[in-house]
Amino acid sequence: MPLATLDTSARKYVLAVQQYVLLSARALGNVARKPFYGADVITQADSIGVGSLPIVLLTGFFLGGVLALQSSSTLAQFGAAAFTGQLVSFSMIKEIGPVVTSLMVSGRNASGMASELGSMMVTEQIDAMRALGTDPLKKLVMPRIVATIVMNFFLTILSDAVGILGGGLVSVMMLGQDGTQYFNTSYQSLQYPDIIQGLVKPVVFGFIIATIGCFYGMSTRGGTQGVGRSTTQAVVVSSVLIIASDFIISRFLIGILGR
Amino acid sequence: MAGTAAPIDVNGHQEEPVVIFEHVSIGFDRKQVLEDISFKVRRGETRILLGPAGVGKSVLLKLANGLLKPDSGRIFVFGQEVSAMREEDLFALRGSIGTVFQEGALFDSLNVRDNVGFRLEEEHVAEDEITKRVTEALRFVELEQAIYKFPSELSGGMRRRVAIARAIVTNPDLLLYDSPTGGLDPITSTTIIELVVKQRDVYQTSSLLVTHRLQDAFMMATHRFNRETNQMEPLPEDRINANTSFLMLHDRKLVFDGTTHDLVHSSDPFIRGYIA
Repeated sequence: MPLATLDTSARKYVLAVQQYVLLSARALGNVARKPFYGADVITQADSIGVGSLPIVLLTGFFLGGVLALQSSSTLAQFGAAAFTGQLVSFSMIKEIGPVVTSLMVSGRNASGMASELGSMMVTEQIDAMRALGTDPLKKLVMPRIVATIVMNFFLTILSDAVGILGGGLVSVMMLGQDGTQYFNTSYQSLQYPDIIQGLVKPVVFGFIIATIGCFYGMSTRGGTQGVGRSTTQAVVVSSVLIIASDFIISRFLIGILGR
Repeated sequence: MAGTAAPIDVNGHQEEPVVIFEHVSIGFDRKQVLEDISFKVRRGETRILLGPAGVGKSVLLKLANGLLKPDSGRIFVFGQEVSAMREEDLFALRGSIGTVFQEGALFDSLNVRDNVGFRLEEEHVAEDEITKRVTEALRFVELEQAIYKFPSELSGGMRRRVAIARAIVTNPDLLLYDSPTGGLDPITSTTIIELVVKQRDVYQTSSLLVTHRLQDAFMMATHRFNRETNQMEPLPEDRINANTSFLMLHDRKLVFDGTTHDLVHSSDPFIRGYIA
């Protein structure tokens, strides 16, 4: 019996991965196929991008601040407190900005997508849409994927900027450092490979957030309890995948770009 | 989807059945739900699918418009084998099929006008034309006044009527009704059945109606729609609608396929018990 249970579980997971890959591939393929639901993309971009702006800016600002606060004391031990700006900008642009922004966007939007699509599934609205001759992958999933990728990219840039600003304010106002020096080291130490790393990650993470949110939404079964389960799973799985893929992308890009 | 696939020839040969099920079986989680189901729906015919709750009636309806794929057997709609078609190709075919779901399945974020006109919007019909056709469909179900209401503001019966309006707004050649009166009070149920009879007698649309309520089924067989009085009325004594016939599901199998007369005179113990 335990072997049979193991076999059933393994099949279930393999099937889920297969369905996820198929959903993602079909939804991506739909970007190039007519009709293109431009209005739905804009609506989703507004909901995902503008809606997430306050939390992304707030977290970015305070993360930059706390990074400056924590790192300056360590750097001071080596007489390198002047490099606080460099450390904050490096960390924000290459790692913390993309990862934390994506985790915030995931917490707010992967759950939203899973619950919205999940509710539509359990009330047969998705079946109704298919019965009316409209592909839900084109009408519902594709706009969410495109909007999340685009908006996560720009939200990360904003988060990086306010994070560096937050670090600067802490360095100047609380640590008594020179503002010009902070922003000079922040800017001059950055190279294109760092920027590329920081801009590739939100694109991949945005794809993960939207596809996982939509996948769990579209595979919801079992009424309102099922909707709750899908919502939780969407946030957990997308968050874990963001952190795991961050390591893989970092390793890959460091290998290619050399830093 | 309009403009993306070849149009479906719904007229085909006039004598050819609109829907054909050939030895169809389907199961979920290793549990067989339907087994070796075969029947036909001819052009202009209304077939009423009876059976106890949970027997697989809704599954059968979803098989008919390709929302589910059978494990074995073949299903033809307008001569196209839906059981072998890709999802992308099915969207064009579904443009000729109207479906009324069990609970209405209205889009809760859209108002009545946008729900009923959803398919027209997708086909990029002009806004004025959409409003005109939506109003006509709502007039048919006597819900013109609710055009800008949201589904949450409607009663259960009104939602079903909106769902019927959404199904008929494009004048489909086949209508699939999934328990349109389920969970409704007798008066509202009669209103819904009157609309189904009106659609049958005025537009002669082929249809497959799922229900477990015998009174609705027999009302459809024994009534007609009078266009002059704009009301449903009983057929003369001993007359039944020749275009309405029955199917009955029991324990995964189709146990009856025949006319109203055959149904009421069946010697099968299950059928006799069901209609008693």
